[in-house]
Amino acid sequence: MTKTKDIRLMKGNEAFAEGIIRAGCDGYFGYPITPQSEVLEYLSAQKTKERTGMVVLQAESEIASIHMVYGGAACGKRVVTSSSSPGISLMQEGFSYLAGTELPCLLMNVVRGGPGLGTIQPSQSDYFQTVKGGGHGDYKMIVLAPASVQEMYDFTKLGFDLAFKYRIQVMILSDGAIGQMMEKVELDKQLPRLTDEEIIKKYPWATTGKTADRERNIITSLDLNPAKQEIMNRKLQAKFKRVEENEVRFENIHCDDAEYIFVAYGSSARVCEKAVQLGRAKGIKVGLLRLITLFPFPYEEVARLSKQVEGILTIEMSAGQMVEDVRLGANGAVRVEHYGRLGGIIPAPEEVLNVLEETFIKTKTYA
Amino acid sequence: MLDTVPITKEEICKPENLVYGRTPLMTDATLSYCPGCGHGTIHRLIMEVIEEMNLQADTIGVAPVGCSVLAYDFLNIDMQQAAHGRAPAVATGIKRLMPHKFVFTYQGDGDLAAIGTGETIHACNRGENITIFFVNNGIYGMTGGQMAPTTLPNMKTATSPFGRDIETMGNPLKITELIAMLPGTYYVTRQSVHTAANVRKAKKAIQKAIEYQKLNKGLSFVEIVSNCNSGWKMTPVESNKWMEEKMFPFYPLGDIKIPK
Amino acid sequence: MTEEIIIAGFGGQGILSMGKILAYAGIMQDKEVSWFPSYGPEMRGGTANVTVIISDERISSPILNQFDTAIILNQQSMDKFESAVKKGGLLIYDPNGITRHPVRTDIDIYTVDAAYESSRMKSSKVFNMIVLGAFLKIKPLIDPEHMHQGLEKCLPSRHHGLIIENEKAIEKGKEIILPKYLMN
Repeated sequence: MTKTKDIRLMKGNEAFAEGIIRAGCDGYFGYPITPQSEVLEYLSAQKTKERTGMVVLQAESEIASIHMVYGGAACGKRVVTSSSSPGISLMQEGFSYLAGTELPCLLMNVVRGGPGLGTIQPSQSDYFQTVKGGGHGDYKMIVLAPASVQEMYDFTKLGFDLAFKYRIQVMILSDGAIGQMMEKVELDKQLPRLTDEEIIKKYPWATTGKTADRERNIITSLDLNPAKQEIMNRKLQAKFKRVEENEVRFENIHCDDAEYIFVAYGSSARVCEKAVQLGRAKGIKVGLLRLITLFPFPYEEVARLSKQVEGILTIEMSAGQMVEDVRLGANGAVRVEHYGRLGGIIPAPEEVLNVLEETFIKTKTYA
Repeated sequence: MLDTVPITKEEICKPENLVYGRTPLMTDATLSYCPGCGHGTIHRLIMEVIEEMNLQADTIGVAPVGCSVLAYDFLNIDMQQAAHGRAPAVATGIKRLMPHKFVFTYQGDGDLAAIGTGETIHACNRGENITIFFVNNGIYGMTGGQMAPTTLPNMKTATSPFGRDIETMGNPLKITELIAMLPGTYYVTRQSVHTAANVRKAKKAIQKAIEYQKLNKGLSFVEIVSNCNSGWKMTPVESNKWMEEKMFPFYPLGDIKIPK
Repeated sequence: MTEEIIIAGFGGQGILSMGKILAYAGIMQDKEVSWFPSYGPEMRGGTANVTVIISDERISSPILNQFDTAIILNQQSMDKFESAVKKGGLLIYDPNGITRHPVRTDIDIYTVDAAYESSRMKSSKVFNMIVLGAFLKIKPLIDPEHMHQGLEKCLPSRHHGLIIENEKAIEKGKEIILPKYLMN
């Protein structure tokens, strides 16, 4: 997309909402929940029907929202829903159906602390649910982890592109901090929405009405014949493999000469970036591997860094979820430890640097 | 004994003698429904009306979970299969984004009036410009005859083997009367397809419902009280008789809400 | 240059919007900015605070527990954030309603009698701009021209008539800020 020099101060949730409009979204279906209600509020105030023709509808529940998304996605439309953790739990049924029918769509979770009603404060405790598949069946979705308000905006266009490239769900895994904070955002020019004719041409699988020149299109995940269902599942797995081969994204911050690295994503990565600055000022050679895609996970990069560094510390606002994938990547080559805060608490930069020092440096023994 | 020449099949089966043909909107697949079941007739009626109104290229149907989960095998139109109870939400998504298409759901009683009650009531209340075909046979057919929200008092099912006890299992839900009270519904009717006369009436109701959607009038809702001879453990003939004697007094046929 | 600021007080004092105007003015001056609020039940009364960072470089953590400047507008926030000011940092507070005054000697402490002054100006709404002006007096990070643009961006156009009043309040804040030791 082309940047416009149109720079605004926006909340992460507002940037996401503006992003989907400008990326040519056809429909948004959602239900209010803190800390992501600004998405639906912002869209409702934008008069999107007049601005781009985009449909915005407040559904009766998150369950209805995700199935409205299903109906629209099956017509080849660019559709979106967003919620926060408890609402995302309700949507898992729909995610599984979307996976089974290979429908493209864009989702966002502004994660808050759980379990249960939990808290409205930021958290990263939905990693397993999102990355390992919260609904039933063998499936994956592409998971993008924004660490800034600009990325909340940029990942909408990227998300749609990936969703339609692979016919897959793309989840933007944000959190209350990224959703609620304001930063500057550079906006792009408005992309046009596809016309129905363009959709018919581009997405021949879509249910757009059976015309005489083609067989009927059926969107279903059901096949009672196990042999056929296995073929279908193998096809899905092959697609997930293609995604793993082509779509890994991460950012290395001061990793080149690092003796220790943090691994983190989202707002934790921002905290770690500060901790890297504080550590470097103290003479500690510390770096940060910031994950951008959580699926596909950068196992190879973790493996490479594991051979270089003396210790890896994962920082998560959870009891330790992503750390399992980091350990898989490290595969025993280096010690991997986890530090997390729970219940909506964000660790401080000094705090995580201190943990790094206590864990790896002060306990260092020389043979 | 009359000295007549026997008429051959070839002499009868001529285009000029054709009084009834199967709509091309039904596929060649053999119906998977039990012999005597009403689903086949209801499928055919909807497809006939869509053909007569020349709507095949403009129709998107939503199949539910239940016996008619495979409806798309028999209907020669674009279709989506929805999660259990979610068809009205799926149809909302389709219709909002493709407002010029004819969008319908085809749902059973468990789907529409139990697990999907919320989606049903809210789609109706919003006045979504879609058409809901609701097949009510008072039982969960596909899963093997368990109690449904519409199961009659004292009716025996796999999960109410001694009859539906109102005290402990609650009352049958007259969802159609309920949604008729909502301002978003435009046309609400209850029909059956167990006799030729009822088939003709049901077809007229289906025609109206589709016509109203074309006119953007809001939600039309056609309930069809039908039998489930397998689930009810009766012969088809017995089940139709039982339907007349037991179901219709509780679920009386006729229009419930008609346009003013 | 990186300035890490916490603004804390009661909900309704205009704390979040003060931070937003400062951040937007920062953008107008081509700075990197972040604005991170406390959110939740606090939004409907009780305490509110916001972390604002203005920098020439990419901002790392928008969430901090050590600050260059604390702007404190009630006692609870004083109790919470006095110790969070970095050594050599700045603390500005409105003494109105403060029963336990700050005691640190390793930071610069100033007072701004903004509640009193805004009542004299017959507009409780400019309270937060008086406080902002006091801050800008000590740390002139943002030019008046960019403050003006920040106000334009933050106020809906139907309220642009109020920009002059807000700017006057900012100037008033610059006039009335006092080092704490001058407080009687």
